[in-house]
Amino acid sequence: MSTTEVAVKTEIEAKLIPIYIMGKKYEVPETLTIMKAIEYAGYKYIRGCGCRGGVCGACSTVYRKPGDYKIHVGLACQTVVEPEMYLTQIPFYPAIRSTYDFTRLSGQAEEIFEIYPELFRCVACNACTKVCPMDVQVMDYIAALKQGDIKKAAELSFDCIQCGLCASRCMGELPQYHIAQLARRLNGAHLTPPAEHLKTMVANIEASRFNDGLTKLKAMDTETLKKTYQEREMEPATAGEDWTPKDNQYL
Amino acid sequence: MPYPEELKRLIKVVESTRVERVERKKKNEEVPFMSLEERHDILKYHPDFIEEGRRELKVGPNKGYRIAHEMADILEAKSRVDPAKIDLSKIDYETDVLVIGGGGAGTAAALLAQENGSKVIIATKLRHGDANTMMAEGGIQAATKGHKDSPYFHYLDVMGGGHFKNKPELVETLVTKAPDVIKWLESLGCNFSKFPDGTLKTIHGGGTCRKRMHFAADITGAEMMRTVRDEARNRNKDIAVIEFSPAVELILNEHGHCAGAVLYNLETEEYLVVKAKAVVMATGGCGRLHVQGFMTTNHYGATADGIVLGYRAGVKVCFLHTVQYHPTGIVFPEQAEGILITEKFRGSGANLVNIDGRQFVNEREPRDVEASAIIRECIERNKGIPTPTGKRGIWLDSPMIDMLSGTGTVQREFPGKYILYKRFGIDIAKEPMLIYPTLHYQNGGLEFTSDGATELPGLFLGGEVGGGTHGENRLMGNSLLDIMVYGRIAGKSAADYVRTKAQNGKLSLEHVIKYNQEVDEAGVGNGRIAPMLLPDYTTPEIKAKQLTARYEGTIR
Repeated sequence: MSTTEVAVKTEIEAKLIPIYIMGKKYEVPETLTIMKAIEYAGYKYIRGCGCRGGVCGACSTVYRKPGDYKIHVGLACQTVVEPEMYLTQIPFYPAIRSTYDFTRLSGQAEEIFEIYPELFRCVACNACTKVCPMDVQVMDYIAALKQGDIKKAAELSFDCIQCGLCASRCMGELPQYHIAQLARRLNGAHLTPPAEHLKTMVANIEASRFNDGLTKLKAMDTETLKKTYQEREMEPATAGEDWTPKDNQYL
Repeated sequence: MPYPEELKRLIKVVESTRVERVERKKKNEEVPFMSLEERHDILKYHPDFIEEGRRELKVGPNKGYRIAHEMADILEAKSRVDPAKIDLSKIDYETDVLVIGGGGAGTAAALLAQENGSKVIIATKLRHGDANTMMAEGGIQAATKGHKDSPYFHYLDVMGGGHFKNKPELVETLVTKAPDVIKWLESLGCNFSKFPDGTLKTIHGGGTCRKRMHFAADITGAEMMRTVRDEARNRNKDIAVIEFSPAVELILNEHGHCAGAVLYNLETEEYLVVKAKAVVMATGGCGRLHVQGFMTTNHYGATADGIVLGYRAGVKVCFLHTVQYHPTGIVFPEQAEGILITEKFRGSGANLVNIDGRQFVNEREPRDVEASAIIRECIERNKGIPTPTGKRGIWLDSPMIDMLSGTGTVQREFPGKYILYKRFGIDIAKEPMLIYPTLHYQNGGLEFTSDGATELPGLFLGGEVGGGTHGENRLMGNSLLDIMVYGRIAGKSAADYVRTKAQNGKLSLEHVIKYNQEVDEAGVGNGRIAPMLLPDYTTPEIKAKQLTARYEGTIR
């Protein structure tokens, strides 16, 4: 198994199909993603390419197909080319992001209304949802926010990769993905109960509860350490939340 | 593309043994974990142990150290730009702390430096947040559940995963600061998966003795990254971000302290001088070097630039002889090749299964052991599954998860991967995934201490660019932890240094001039330049026709 991403190496046998990169025709192997096809055609990426794994939002692409009035969208790194597709990437879209002091927020809907008053310019046209390459229900989370339901908006927007395509199509000029980010942070910090066990553990660490055990481990010779490691008690894969180990000396 | 008929036929074999494997799992009858001796024996199948794959370094502070050719190539190389051409009297940007790298470690460092009174510039090669952090799926380890876990057990697991070679102080800091990092992220509004009462959900990862892997569905890294990035954007009065401008050299001053960096604006092709009182290196890893020709899970900019810059400035490297191959990268469909399938699938119960439908290894061994077992199964035992593009893979039996935890679990817990495969016409709740090890993590890096400092005064570091924390092999969930623990520490230490120790002085690139001479004298440069900055995927056919194009290394 030895393969780099040099497209031509594994794709030499594949059938070539025409695609139009920003209106210009190139013949590329039909099995490539848009990203690899653009590189195959001879482009060298600076913008428009990030994680190459479908999560960073750098390579959002819009395209049309012959005989189809609809605009299609996809991530260049995840979408396979189609014959005669007519595409461009949108590596950046100017959208307004408000700055706010997060420590002064408490998770009230009014806070979002104040920070992003443009929320109410949404005309519910649904163009944002249609253009989302991640199938996020953008209009629905905006609607939830208009009703003050931050939690619902946070959940609906969870898969957002912040590519900005929603904002590019919005006739109300909303920066949906920035608003959703604020909603998720408020949800995480204020609308979800804090983890009590976490507070306890942090307090115990600050009180140096584990220092003796760690000092002992640090001073151990490798053989003893290996033995201690191998003899450590394993929590069974199917154990429930309340499982406790037999040895609680170092808890 | 969906599975072709031939693979569908082989999937039937997996299905024929699935019920029995699920039953065994329910009864806790696992394939036994390997003993340390068995682990040692199987590691000979690991790419790190292929001697032809590496060579001795001929220049720099680690002369004589054997590392992978691809890594040696970028260390035995000259600077991108002639240092004599750079006018250091013309300062383009001046700041307290310069953070090089805009991923999780860099952003955490920027936040802490700012909180401790510094003005910060983040210089990053791509966009802020385009980093491996964003891609980390599985989770972040921390001993947060005191009724069954503590930093003591986390420490043991980290050491065992790293073959007991890790630097103890670095591990101690990692595990004792871990819960505080989760608490910090929670306070910033990071949406970790929780039970209704607020208890954090945790699962096992390879090599953990307690379930301490916290997660945010299957996009943990993305959720963490977008949260800290959002916070950095709120502090834009003090934290400026310069995108598409990687650092190509560190700048020292007449006292021999680190005092800034030369940036290269990838779009305008200018070289720019940043003067800083302290520098935090947070450039991440090296996947795009494609060590030993392996596919990689890493983002487009993972070319180990920070190692090159630090090494030239005299900072030693350690543990670079080991590279982590994630056991489970997609090998089919071809267009998703190299993409990581989080270990959480295995933590949730999915077996690794060969062409006969047999489980051949416990799916929760440390990563190097797991990867070696997969390579042995495919290459030595010839029990791999042939793909339509002539490669071999192993089944990761994801439908088991729904059978163990209820229908709908796969779709709910792994939404990212579920959608990705659905687009290819594969339902991973019903059909297994075809995987093979993929280049994932640079275990080693620049030497540093538990306060985030390096031997070069004024240079701090956090995250994957540093070596020693994970020894020879990192466990799942400890890289997201590493970037946050050491990113925060580096940021604070840098700000403290700015206030108490930084000395103003004349800027210098003398160390680069000397390094270039050393490369020439050793006769090893072969015309190479570094840092690489971006990989080159232009085909040879196109290159042959680019008659007037000029490449500086891999950049046109």
